[in-house]
Amino acid sequence: MKLEDIICFDAVVPKLASVDRDGVINELVSALGKSGSIRKNKVAEIAQAVITRESEASTGIGKGVAVPHVKTDLVKKIVATIGCCSAGIDFSSLDKQPTYSVLLLLSPANDPDCHLQAMETIFKYLQKDDFRKFLRQSDTSESIHDLITDFSDE
Amino acid sequence: MSADVREIEVEIKNEYGLHMRPAMQIVDVASRFASEITVSNGETAVDAKSIMHVTMLAATCGMKLTITADGGDAEEALSQLRELIEVKMFDEPAG
Repeated sequence: MKLEDIICFDAVVPKLASVDRDGVINELVSALGKSGSIRKNKVAEIAQAVITRESEASTGIGKGVAVPHVKTDLVKKIVATIGCCSAGIDFSSLDKQPTYSVLLLLSPANDPDCHLQAMETIFKYLQKDDFRKFLRQSDTSESIHDLITDFSDE
Repeated sequence: MSADVREIEVEIKNEYGLHMRPAMQIVDVASRFASEITVSNGETAVDAKSIMHVTMLAATCGMKLTITADGGDAEEALSQLRELIEVKMFDEPAG
């Protein structure tokens, strides 16, 4: 599995308007709704499911990245998107530092193994210092797309 | 292999496998010990104290992992990790 296979690039938000965790989650789920990756009439419900999961245990894993996610029957196919915020967002991260890059993942509830594979893929990229650095500096959808495809070839 | 190195094999038994919350629990337990601890799925060996690394294992239900600890508290570390993974099953339902 490659990151570009699960990211919906039409739903990438290089400059997030939101300034807090729940706002960012709503913004990214809405972007997925607009892109057609998920059903528009399910956006509010899905965003709430992600927020509920996030409130149980933060996915702000430190080093400026957070990976909010949920396994839910409300999506039929696994899909992810990315949001960036140069000012930083409080995601209650493990290292108590601001989050600059948010990778949101929605997985169908009935396929936990697919969810694990997607997480493996996501962390293969995120654990690379250069990938995180360049992602944080990216401010257009094109640069995020190019960054991901560049790192896929490594 | 030095005298302080210990190794065990554990099986992932909870239905949803080693997703992020179980991975965090492994990191929590591993981080209480001074020993260097690595977890391997046969292909990749990762640092048990790094959430990014442990999540990368993508261990599904039924998968076996080898955990290696190197240090004075290696034995106790492995015993607590086995308890978490196989007995408590991360407080999740069995698969």
